[in-house]
Amino acid sequence: MKIQIPELSLVILAGASGSGKSSFARQWFSPTEIVSSDACRGIVSNNENSMDASADAFDLLYFIVGKRLKRGLLTVVDATNIRPEDRKRLVQLAREYYVMPVALVLNMPVQVCMERNRQRADRNLPPHVILNHCTQLKRGLGRLRLEGFKKVLEWKTPEQVDALTGVERVPLWNNRTADSGPFDIIGDIHGCYEELCQLLESLGHTVDKAACRVVVQQGRRLLFLGDLVDRGPDSPSVLRMVMQAVQEGMALCVPGNHDMKLLKWLQGKNVQLQHGLEVTAAQLEGITPEWKTRLMSFLDGLISHYVLDHGKLVVAHAGLKENMQGRGAGAVREFCLYGETTGETDEFGLPVRYNWAAEYRGKAMVVYGHTPVPECEWLNNTIDIDTGCVFGGKLTALRYPEKELVSVPALQTYVQPKRPFLYPAALEGSLQQQQDALPDLETLTGKQLIQTRLMQNITVREGNSAAALEVMSRFAVDPRWLIYLPPTMSPAETSPLPDYLEHPEEAWRYFSEQGVQKVICQEKHMGSRAVVIVCRSNEVVKKRFGITTPGIGICYTRTGRKFFNDDVTEQAFLLRIQQVLTNRGFWEEFSTDWVCMDAELMPWNAKAQVLLQQQYAATGAAARNGLAQAVAALQQATAVPGIPGLLSAYTERHAMAEKFTAAYGRYCREVKTLDDYQLAPFHLLATAGNTWFNQTHEWHMNTIARYCGGENNPMIATSWILADLADENSRNAATAWWMGLTAAGGEGMVVKPEQYVTQGAKGLVQPALKIRGTEYLRIIYGPEYTHAAHLSRLKKRGLQAKRSLALREFALGVEALESFVAGQPLRHVHAAVFGVLALESEAVDPRL
Amino acid sequence: MLLTISTNRFPATDLGYMLHKHPAKWQSVSVKNGDAHIFYTEATDTCCTCALLLDIDPVALVRGDAGAAAPDAFALEQYVNDRPYVSASLMSTAIAKAFSSALNGKCKDKPELVNEPLPLTITLAVVPVKGGKELLENLFVPLGYQVEATQHMLDEQFPVWGQSRYFTVTLTHAAVTLQTMLAHLYVLIPVMDNDKHYWVNSEEVQKLLDKGTGWLEQHPMKQLIVRRYLKHQTALMSNALDQLLQEEQAATAAETEGVVPEEVPKVRLHDVRLQTVCDRLLALGVGTVLDMGCGEGKLLKLLMKHAQFTRIAGADVSVRSLQIAADKLKTDRMPERQRNRLTLLQSSVTYRDRRLDGFEAVVLVEVIEHLEESRLDTLQKNIFGSMAPARVLITTPNKEWNRRFTEDDTVMRHSDHRFEWTRAQFAAWCAGICETYGYTCSVEPLGQEEAQYGAPTQLAVFTQQPQN
Repeated sequence: MKIQIPELSLVILAGASGSGKSSFARQWFSPTEIVSSDACRGIVSNNENSMDASADAFDLLYFIVGKRLKRGLLTVVDATNIRPEDRKRLVQLAREYYVMPVALVLNMPVQVCMERNRQRADRNLPPHVILNHCTQLKRGLGRLRLEGFKKVLEWKTPEQVDALTGVERVPLWNNRTADSGPFDIIGDIHGCYEELCQLLESLGHTVDKAACRVVVQQGRRLLFLGDLVDRGPDSPSVLRMVMQAVQEGMALCVPGNHDMKLLKWLQGKNVQLQHGLEVTAAQLEGITPEWKTRLMSFLDGLISHYVLDHGKLVVAHAGLKENMQGRGAGAVREFCLYGETTGETDEFGLPVRYNWAAEYRGKAMVVYGHTPVPECEWLNNTIDIDTGCVFGGKLTALRYPEKELVSVPALQTYVQPKRPFLYPAALEGSLQQQQDALPDLETLTGKQLIQTRLMQNITVREGNSAAALEVMSRFAVDPRWLIYLPPTMSPAETSPLPDYLEHPEEAWRYFSEQGVQKVICQEKHMGSRAVVIVCRSNEVVKKRFGITTPGIGICYTRTGRKFFNDDVTEQAFLLRIQQVLTNRGFWEEFSTDWVCMDAELMPWNAKAQVLLQQQYAATGAAARNGLAQAVAALQQATAVPGIPGLLSAYTERHAMAEKFTAAYGRYCREVKTLDDYQLAPFHLLATAGNTWFNQTHEWHMNTIARYCGGENNPMIATSWILADLADENSRNAATAWWMGLTAAGGEGMVVKPEQYVTQGAKGLVQPALKIRGTEYLRIIYGPEYTHAAHLSRLKKRGLQAKRSLALREFALGVEALESFVAGQPLRHVHAAVFGVLALESEAVDPRL
Repeated sequence: MLLTISTNRFPATDLGYMLHKHPAKWQSVSVKNGDAHIFYTEATDTCCTCALLLDIDPVALVRGDAGAAAPDAFALEQYVNDRPYVSASLMSTAIAKAFSSALNGKCKDKPELVNEPLPLTITLAVVPVKGGKELLENLFVPLGYQVEATQHMLDEQFPVWGQSRYFTVTLTHAAVTLQTMLAHLYVLIPVMDNDKHYWVNSEEVQKLLDKGTGWLEQHPMKQLIVRRYLKHQTALMSNALDQLLQEEQAATAAETEGVVPEEVPKVRLHDVRLQTVCDRLLALGVGTVLDMGCGEGKLLKLLMKHAQFTRIAGADVSVRSLQIAADKLKTDRMPERQRNRLTLLQSSVTYRDRRLDGFEAVVLVEVIEHLEESRLDTLQKNIFGSMAPARVLITTPNKEWNRRFTEDDTVMRHSDHRFEWTRAQFAAWCAGICETYGYTCSVEPLGQEEAQYGAPTQLAVFTQQPQN
């Protein structure tokens, strides 16, 4: 004999001590699925038989069961469970997690239990206890269903137990995760048959209106969100068409509250003929009994909701919270039909609906209807597509996975809604933007695991996220602007060449080893990293970013701070960029009204003035003057033995101090007017609906160059060359190019693989490596770093931490921007950006 | 990095005996992260100059434990550093090491020279000075020196950047013993810089007292010298000051009967602010309070004294501040019942944080002005829209009051203030909140009021309107 249980159920074994529960559990369930009260006793008290530990042991048992059910795992409770009060708490837990409670009762003869008990070495209960167990169990057996068990199975003899040949786990009806569509999901129809036919036709399906028949376009399927009937002019035809399509496998349908009420009426139950049911009832007057039977069985068979496409899509009439998806309890069905209400009523006397979507954080997209809305709006990956056709709105379909909305207007207003639903659209931007204005801390603090498309599970440690929260709150720009933060960049491996800390040879070697043959070398400007967002107008700022302050964009640093201290300068600077983009046709070329660029902003002192004066210039002044006077003193003492040697050492040190001052001085320029700022963009990160990570760096460079140079244009082009690493001449040419750049005082170059995102044999390849020039490095490693004795020690530097950081930040940055252009809720974007900032607080040698 | 000591007392070469260093030789002693070279640039009967030259290894300086203890060990600034090139605390330790006999008043071959006042000229290159030429004069003129100082520019290429804090200093004294002069330098070199390369511990107090004997007690800049020498460690400072005062009191008591009137401690504005807020909360009958931006927990401490407040939470964006708050409130030693009243947690006014829901009152003392004005919408939405407590108390500076000390409209009271509002601006902001979120509000002055400018601080008390 085989038994069937739902694949997600709480299985409660009940039986006297010695009835064979543990053996039964071990035989039919895997060890991790079994939670045993004896084991819990052992954990809390070191003794599985210690009865005085029972209270604590059961607390633990309930805790474990709760965690497992929350995670959607079948769980078996191995405890005597002989009294109703023992089982009550477990049934409650099953309800709390919307899981089916199943009772498997081992109602063995008392003698069998006593005999087994006698044979046990570890436990020997007195016979009266066993007898008591058996009596208590029997007393409650008849009421198990009343206690809430959906399924009760009982074995009365060891032979019956032995006859069991299998426990089959039956998937829930709502589980259709293997079904990936594509779907056309249709909102509340309410008997608007004409509009339904028009909508189906505009979706590309073939409709035979008279026959109430639809032939669905090849490859697609229809998905009806319920409320097929009531209020509208022709509910019977809608029912006929939907039933036909469902029966032919061309459609799925979930029930709405109106459909279920109709069913009750058809079943002859006592329902009030109101809220449009009276209309349907009239339309159904005189239907044939067999059609009525068919209709009833169709409605009765509707499944509350479906989980589709590997858990990526959930459909239910009134929507569904994450913790209810794929579960099969009565409360789930209630929610699917009616949603949740706050218990209050509004000024129209209607129940106030609890806005579950505002708090929805689930991974699955939820498409629902039930509440008429003037326009469909995405909120936290959920969308209500009931656009109130019967109230004179429109009938809407959502194409999945395309996320495309298709509507047909109502031919007339069939019913006046009690609550006007066509109120004007909110002024403060979309629902999502309103919610995004105040991001939730919950998914940002503490240890975080962030999934990215480029790298699995990036961990942000608690201390780092705490640091990020402080920086973000105190210094960063509005999170709605922060759609991207650039990753840190690692240098190439330390050069073995005697006079160099960094040399192109090591970059060639790294990328060759990673299987990258073609690289691009870009001049590294010495300024400050800046992310620039420019919009075509202030209205675009509001529309795309939900930001209502004046301005056309923003310019922020790699830690998310505003680049310019005053808004007037910032906006004037951005306006110049905007004008260039407009004049040269950028908006048309990219069909966009905004752009986000990754760039270097010069001069260095524009942002780093304080650092420059307090640290660099100060160190230079101290070194030059101190060493000059030391040299002067030594020159007066050359007659003393040994002093000439010391003099030449100090003379050399003095020369290095002069070089240090020259090194930072090259990157400084007095900033008086806007003309003194230069912006060198090197990545065209994103435009409306697109990121450009799929393009080569050569494309980025060429594209950007078209918008660089000319009058009143802060944007300057970056010089670059390509190198073929398999070709020695090409490599040498690139090395020579670097030598030329750095000899002329340049910072150095950045070497990137040809493709923006490159996966190598060992995973993601560094998106860029920097090779800095010898003189530039003086700023980083100190005035005298080139001294042989110092350089040899400085060469012992580890790059591993920096490399790993660069990759993780890169993956997070890409994730943030991809989420943003895909129109995802800000919390996805912000979590990734927050992650970059958090990782930046990891302790890494800042000289790298 | 360079100190020279010259004398023209005949025969000047006696300086070699006094310093225990032979004028014809180059000698070195090792100091932390390097060496100090001693040599003479001149050694005749009429003039003798001894040079002490530091030779600090910049790489070792960074890698050594001196840097590792610093909290900003991962800041790039640490690696580009003036320390190898200046005459600062490293020079003091070099003096103590190279000239220890002279500093301790010993001279093996010519002991009679120890107590002889000499004409001495000292040059120091280069000294970082916090306080400029004025400080140099205030430090050395009372000790009888003539001070000449050349200030160096930050960078001649960029004259607009102005002067650096580095000076080449020449000090001339007509008659001072070598020992006293070295003690002056030993103490005052780090004082000029206002920094030290090593961690200051209680031994430093003893060193200061030793080296300061005979001159520091009377020095008009005594307070500043002690404070800076002990690197602003208040506990040590009072220790040192007390010890200094003991000696001084003993000396002065003998001389005069005069009593110095004890200065009445000024009640600080911040304390007034906190007390006012606490009193208002008590009067409002509030039972549970959230202090947003609690900082180091001063208000929490006041609130904890009142049993009326059954649940108190302090939230701040800075983990460091919260740690200090926990230390100051001694949360680890609090009795359990007390501890259960109090929660400290990191949060932010611009993020929704459900842990902060359900308090009767939310208090923001001097918080809003630390936010960009453009972020206040988010703060409002969070506090008044989402948390929506029955009461909200907000304090912020009154900008008009700044007129008492400045004419400059752009000056703010704290470098992190993003804005400061006039009374009218604050009132308008409060009125906007009331309208949007259904509150009523009273705004009142806090602190000593001035007829023209009002009080230094303004307090707004918001009360949620009953719905419908």
